[in-house]
Amino acid sequence: MAKQFVKGNEAIVKGAILAGCRAYYGYPITPASEIAQTAALFMPLVGGTFLQAESEIAAINMVYGASGTGIRAMTASSSPGFSLKQEGLSYLAGAELPCVVVNIMRGGPGLGNIAPEQSDYNQAVKGGGHGNYKTIVLAPNSAQEMCDLTMLAFELSDKYRNPAVVLADGFIGQMMEPVDFPEPVTEFAEKTWAVRGVDRDRMNLVSSIELDPDDLERHNQKLQSKYEIIENNETRYEEYLLDDAEFVVVGYGIVSRLVHTAINQLRDEGVKVGMLRPITLMPYPSKRLAELAALEQVKAFSVIELSNGQMVDDVRLAVNGAKPVEFFGRMGGNVPSIKELVHEIKRMMRVL
Amino acid sequence: MSVKILGKSKGFYDTYERRPGNNKKQTHYCPGCGHGILHKMIAEALVDFDVAENMVFISPVGCSVFAYYYFNAGNIQAAHGRAPAVATGVKRALPESIVISYQGDGDLAAIGGNEILHAANRGESITVFFVNNAIYGMTGGQMAPTTLIGQKTTTTPYGRTLQNEGYPIKMAEIIASLESPVYVERVMMADVRSKNAARKAVRKGIKNQIEKKGFSFIEVLSTCPTGWKMTAPQSEEWIKTTLVKNFPLGVYKDIADEVEPLDLSLNLATPERIPRLIGLEQDKMEFDTASMKIAAEIDQEIKIAGFGGQGVLSLGVWLSEIGMREDLDVSWIPSYGPEMRGGTANCHVKLSHNSIGSPLVTHPTVLVAMNRPSLDKFEDDVVEGGAIVWDSALIDIGPKRKDIRSIPVPATKIASDFGNTKVSNVVLLGVLAGFSDFLDPLVVQQVLPIIFKKKHLLEINLKAFQKGLELGRELKN
Repeated sequence: MAKQFVKGNEAIVKGAILAGCRAYYGYPITPASEIAQTAALFMPLVGGTFLQAESEIAAINMVYGASGTGIRAMTASSSPGFSLKQEGLSYLAGAELPCVVVNIMRGGPGLGNIAPEQSDYNQAVKGGGHGNYKTIVLAPNSAQEMCDLTMLAFELSDKYRNPAVVLADGFIGQMMEPVDFPEPVTEFAEKTWAVRGVDRDRMNLVSSIELDPDDLERHNQKLQSKYEIIENNETRYEEYLLDDAEFVVVGYGIVSRLVHTAINQLRDEGVKVGMLRPITLMPYPSKRLAELAALEQVKAFSVIELSNGQMVDDVRLAVNGAKPVEFFGRMGGNVPSIKELVHEIKRMMRVL
Repeated sequence: MSVKILGKSKGFYDTYERRPGNNKKQTHYCPGCGHGILHKMIAEALVDFDVAENMVFISPVGCSVFAYYYFNAGNIQAAHGRAPAVATGVKRALPESIVISYQGDGDLAAIGGNEILHAANRGESITVFFVNNAIYGMTGGQMAPTTLIGQKTTTTPYGRTLQNEGYPIKMAEIIASLESPVYVERVMMADVRSKNAARKAVRKGIKNQIEKKGFSFIEVLSTCPTGWKMTAPQSEEWIKTTLVKNFPLGVYKDIADEVEPLDLSLNLATPERIPRLIGLEQDKMEFDTASMKIAAEIDQEIKIAGFGGQGVLSLGVWLSEIGMREDLDVSWIPSYGPEMRGGTANCHVKLSHNSIGSPLVTHPTVLVAMNRPSLDKFEDDVVEGGAIVWDSALIDIGPKRKDIRSIPVPATKIASDFGNTKVSNVVLLGVLAGFSDFLDPLVVQQVLPIIFKKKHLLEINLKAFQKGLELGRELKN
């Protein structure tokens, strides 16, 4: 298909439909509203459902119902709305229902503002709702990846019967770039666990309740082993100029785009710096970071986020004291300039 | 304590395997509890109407959370209060299924107030059973939104007061006040006669769904001997003497016979139709990039700024659309967040033969300033040797800098001469195509018809572009 110049938020919906998603339940919020608007435009045309729900809570529970029937379903929001969806996410994870939830992060806490932040990292990656659960978290850094990773989110979510979150920021959502859309997905594994209102499903149950402590512990252990399998099989990251790098910058989403440009400038100055960009935040590329930390050539890590320093904890855990891990962050919707980044990376690397 | 559902219906599992413990034949409900009777009425109706296998039963949080132990159907257990939202997701996906949304008073009328109100207001084609026993049974007898004034519960130890908790909420009346629901009735589980009436209401609510009539709501005043600290007979008596006075029985709404069946069918598109339906096949123009008249090394960072409504963002999108067809890497990002302060709109466009890292433009190679505040704001940011294209019809004083190329264009004036000031951005596009080395005018002329699909719009825009192009070429020489 021809390349199309589209907004990241629009690419999500087109990717979702190509992935076979036929139900979108959502509530409008800036800077994620184009997702709902695009879904409203296209879902009815492909015979799917678009419904503007009465609340974020209702939307995620409609997704719970739709997903329980075995169809691919999604919702999307921005930070305050994502908070409201956490109850539903916990139930979806507990009932092992697949679904895709998009969070176009904005400034917080509270009402904050509509500018880009990455301050929902912990909420998305560490669970967010109650209980011992995790969601798969994918972090696109381009309009192309808004499509590709949304499609991947549906695939992984079905494969592991676990909710998947596409975690992007306001910039990636609002940005327009050319997107090469793939062909529609046509092969879907049968969901024998689903409740489809037919005779053969009459023993099927979608539920997250386990009264007996031993049963619930077993269920939790099963979830933890699932997360381990996901970690072993689904970790994705991108490396940029790491072969001879003495300094490793870690950044995801829009930050990785800024760091890419900053690294090019630093390389021109002869600074041996490279980047590791996590594409999956859950599972996290901890193993690769540990490998890099063990290399003699690597002197230090620096983590850059649009937050108070959330992902940096995961980098520190992975590096485990082997090398220094520095942090630089901006908050409130402010984005560092390339000049600022170059300066900060140099400062953190102590080459100023 | 457990109650045997007498003469078990085929709507129930033979043995309740999911029920913990050894008793797999009886329910977990207390003796004298109304849930068991209502369960039986629902199961019987589904079997009688021959739709038992099509049922999807949504169980709530509360005493009936374990309804899935019993109903021989696909069961979905919902979060507290959310059953109508879950039911919505199910019914929209499975229009041929029979979706039963079953909730208690705390679940439906307190924590789930919003979900029931909107499911009813949308007229979801589901059947809702609302079990009102004026108390929270499962959590140990706390106040419900339907608890009566003066009624003592574990969280109203001195009795519910008007001042502190307000009146008990009357859901049947509220739901009946909405336009969409087709059938709303309140019944009670007190004596043989009232149970017969309840059975009739249950059947009607389910039949409505089979006939695709829309939303049915049956409120059932039900006994809770344990929560009320009464015997079973005392409980039934209390419903008749007290509860029913606060919650009058009756049909609050019934328009099922007047409405036409809903068309709930899904028309799922086949995969091969999807790309066209979502607009992915409309533009298959091929461009010969080898013969394009553009520079060999393009690395442009463009900022376009002006008032909202001047077509600032559109001009940026067009530049990117053209760049994409010139096989360049392109990105566009609108003024967004803190940059929106000050009432000017702007966008950042990058066009490059190299892959684009940051999409943000801090130091533009080209600034297009469509009003004075934009010029003032961004003039200093332009790179040395860069260009500032500015609308000299709107900006009286041009750039002060001498190390940039100043390109005054009376764009608004030209556009106004064409009879439409809105085309001033296309004039500027023409100027950029004329003097710069990153836009091939032939590509632009081919892209314009994709942008302006209406013939009369295309005509005027092509003219405006041509005028700008001539101007740009003059400026270049």
